[in-house]
Amino acid sequence: MIENKGRPNRLGVKGWLGGGRWGFERYLYALHRLTGLALLAYFVMHIGITSSRAFGENAWTSTMGVVKGPLFSVGEFLVFAAFAFHAVNGIRLALVELGFAIGQPIEPVYPYRTSVDEQRPLAIGVMILAAILAIVGGIGFLK
Amino acid sequence: MRDQRLWAWHIGAGAVILVLLGLHMTVMHLDAIVRVFNPAPGEPVDWANVVARGKSVFFLVTYVLLLGTALFHGFYGLRNILFELNPGAPAKKAMNGLFLVAGLVLFAIGTWAAWAGFTVARSA
Repeated sequence: MIENKGRPNRLGVKGWLGGGRWGFERYLYALHRLTGLALLAYFVMHIGITSSRAFGENAWTSTMGVVKGPLFSVGEFLVFAAFAFHAVNGIRLALVELGFAIGQPIEPVYPYRTSVDEQRPLAIGVMILAAILAIVGGIGFLK
Repeated sequence: MRDQRLWAWHIGAGAVILVLLGLHMTVMHLDAIVRVFNPAPGEPVDWANVVARGKSVFFLVTYVLLLGTALFHGFYGLRNILFELNPGAPAKKAMNGLFLVAGLVLFAIGTWAAWAGFTVARSA
């Protein structure tokens, strides 16, 4: 959401680097944005490159020849890993946004408990899933 | 209210992308396990496999749907990141216009390429 309700974002991009009391989830937030930006940049290039198939076999084969090699394979794997992270973390964010996995409401009695602790198992679970997806997908890039 | 609606669309687009990009990644990168979308021997990017998929109306429709949802999701996400840095009203207006035009141009290019690729594959 972009409404700041009169509280401007003073830290700017620097705020992405420090998790503060939000900890792990705050770093996931920063990584979600970084992977999102990287995926958008790749996607724009991908549209241009894959459009070459509209011009037939020769154009396609010659374009694929340009984007072949170990450097591009590593780059493609990083894109795949970014997708795996962004996808499963996006599911987590949607679940939390819809009120799942944040625990039951409790009385605000001292010492206060934060719902971040309730969300932690989900965050750890989706990171394990992202790692598994990246490893399974990575096998294809070793060929 | 408009932002809440766009945010809901952003999440909805994410769900659509999850399914369609998941399928795309399965087709392109899990071909060692799932071969059904790559009938010809070799890599998924080999021309024979590109033609085999390119002939399919299902792939034509899903490519265009994925293109539209991913462009919206991506550019709206980028807009949100930039808006959180508190730009002035003129900069916000310029960004809105820029991202809208960029999204529409890329959607037009991608849709044209998907259709042209479909016709090329059908005539191959």
